[in-house]
Amino acid sequence: MTNNAYDKVKLARAKDRPTSVSYISQLFDGFLPFAGDRRFAEDRAVIGGIAFFDGIPCTVIGLEKGTDVKDKILRNFGSAHPEGYRKALRLMKQAQKFHRPVICFVDTSGAFCGIGAEERGQGQAIAENLMEMMTLKTPILSILIGEGGSGGALALAVADQVWMMENSVYSVISPEGCASILWKDSTKNAQAAQCLKLTAEDLLVLGVIEKIIPFGNNITNKEENNKLDHEANAKNKNKNKNKNTKDFKSVTVETEINVFAKSDSSDMETDEIASLGTQEKDKAINTLEMFLPLRKEIKQFLSRQMTLTQDQLVNERYQRFRKIGI
Amino acid sequence: MLNKNSFKKPDLWLESHNKHKLIGKRNPENPSIPDEMWKSCPDCKNAFLADEVKSNNQVCPSCAYHFRLTARERLELILDENSFEEFDATLTSTNRINFPNYDAKLESAKSSTGELEAVVSGMGRIDNISTVVCSMEPGFIMASMGCVVGEKITRAFEYAMANELPVLVFCASGGARMQEGILSLMQMAKTSGAVKLHSDKGLLYVAILTNPTTGGVTASFAMEGDITIAEPRALIGFAGPRVIEQTIKQTLPEGFQSAEFLLEKGFLDAIVSRNEMKSYLAQVLKLHSKGEKV
Repeated sequence: MTNNAYDKVKLARAKDRPTSVSYISQLFDGFLPFAGDRRFAEDRAVIGGIAFFDGIPCTVIGLEKGTDVKDKILRNFGSAHPEGYRKALRLMKQAQKFHRPVICFVDTSGAFCGIGAEERGQGQAIAENLMEMMTLKTPILSILIGEGGSGGALALAVADQVWMMENSVYSVISPEGCASILWKDSTKNAQAAQCLKLTAEDLLVLGVIEKIIPFGNNITNKEENNKLDHEANAKNKNKNKNKNTKDFKSVTVETEINVFAKSDSSDMETDEIASLGTQEKDKAINTLEMFLPLRKEIKQFLSRQMTLTQDQLVNERYQRFRKIGI
Repeated sequence: MLNKNSFKKPDLWLESHNKHKLIGKRNPENPSIPDEMWKSCPDCKNAFLADEVKSNNQVCPSCAYHFRLTARERLELILDENSFEEFDATLTSTNRINFPNYDAKLESAKSSTGELEAVVSGMGRIDNISTVVCSMEPGFIMASMGCVVGEKITRAFEYAMANELPVLVFCASGGARMQEGILSLMQMAKTSGAVKLHSDKGLLYVAILTNPTTGGVTASFAMEGDITIAEPRALIGFAGPRVIEQTIKQTLPEGFQSAEFLLEKGFLDAIVSRNEMKSYLAQVLKLHSKGEKV
C-alpha cells in the first residue's frame, strides 16, 4: 500500500490493471456490444452496449485502454475522439427510452487531442454529454477504474453517484502537464501529483465522490500481498519490471483475461469452475472475488435508484454537482 | 446566413490607410510621443496611438485585429448605458486544496485587474430588452474557471431561469483552473447543468466566443448555446495548439482553431465583428422576445 500520490498514479496506469472489458465480463451477463455514433465513425476507445446485471437490463459504457499491444492501438489507448462521446450519448439516450440504468466505467488519460478530434468538435462533444447526462431520466452510475483524465473522463462521469476503485486517480490535469506548466521541470511530477489532490482518498474528502471500492481477495492485506508478490515474481521475473505496480501484479498476473478475444459468454457458473484444473480454478475464483465488493455496491445502488421518479433523479443529480466548490 | 459585412474591414481603414502608412511605424523624427501611448498590432505589426485603437473599440484600424477587452469594457460596449446591475460582486476565491503559490497568484490577479475573479455577472439591457449577461475577464489568471467562476455562472443561469430571462455569455478562457484541481473540473459539470435546466424552460442562451476560448470552458458552457457566435480570428479549441503538435508530432494547418476554421467545420452560427456585435445581439434578442418593447 502506498500513500504517495505519484505511486498511485502509476498504479492507476499500470499496464495490466483490469480494464473495462474485465469489469463488463465479470459483472454482467449476456453483454451485446453496439457500435457507431451515426454521424461519422465507430470509435473503439469507447465500449458500449446492453447487458443484464442480476437480471436487470442495463446500458453499459466503458472507456477501454486495451489489453495487448494490438488492442491498445485499436482502442487508441483509451483516448476517445468526439465520435466516441457521441456514441456514448446515443446509447445513454437509448437507455432513457427503455428505462434502463446506465453504468459507466471510466479509464482514460484524456480525450484525444488530434487535428481530426478538433475538426469534429471535441469540446462540443464533451459539453453536450455533460448537459445531457445531467438531465438524463434514468439512473446513472460512474466508476473510475484507472485514470480519470480530465474532461475526457468527466464526459462519462456526470452521474447520480461517482465511485473510484482503490488506487485509481481523477484529475483536471496530469501531474506531468501540471509540472510542465508550473515548473517547466519533469523531475517535479511527483510533487505535482501531491499538489493536485488526485487520489481516491483526496476526492472522498473533497466530497467529489461517494465511495472508494476495494478489490476483493483481501488485496489490501499486506501479508497476503507479500505472499502473492513472491509467487508472482518467481513466475514472472522477466515480464513485469515496474515494481511500483506490484499491488496489481499479484492479482492480474494470476488472473489475466482477455475476454472479448474469446467469446461473449465469459462468466462462469460454479459447476463450470468445479470442473476446471486447480490452477485455472484458482484463476477463475480469484477473478470473481476481485469484483465482489463492487458487485454488492452496484446491486444496492440500483435497488435504491430505480425506485426514484425521473424528477427526483434529475434533481438529486443536479444538487450533487451544484454543491461542489461552494 | 453569414453576413458579408462581417468580413468587411471597418470604414476607418480606407480613409486613413495612407495616413497610417506615415505614422504607422514609430516615427524616429518624433520621439517625443512616449512608448506607452503606442499600441502595436500583433497581426499586421503596425503601431497606432493607443487612444485611436481605443476609440475603435480596441480593434486594429489597419487590419481589424480584435484586441482583448476587459470584462467591464465588454459590458460597456454591449449594454445600454447605465443599465447594468451586477450580481455576486463580492464572491472571491480561497485556496481550497492548498495549492502552492495560489494565494499569491490570486492577490496579483486582483491587483492587476481590479477584479475579484475571472467573470463579471449581472443583468442589463440591450436596446431596452433585459438580459442576464456574464463577461469573462481575460487578465485574471487567464480567465481560468475555478469554483467562484463556476458558481457565478451557475447563479446567473439560475436567476435567468427563475425570472424567464435570456443569457449572454462572453467567453474567454485558458480553461479549467489548475490550482483548484478536481474542483475546477467539476465546475464544467455544474455550469452545464445550470445551462441545461435554463434551456429546458425554453429560454435563450447566446454564447459569444472571444480570443482565446479553450480547454474546460470550450468543453462546457461555451459550446452549449442555442446560438454560438465568435469574434473574427478568435482562437477557439479544446486542446491547446502546442499540446496537439506535441501529441501528433506535426505542424498544424494554417488557421487551425480560428473562428473561421470553426465556422467551416460547422461549430459556429456566425462570425460577428466587434463593431457590429451590439446590433447583432439586439436583433437576436428581439427575435426571441415575447412581446417586450421593441
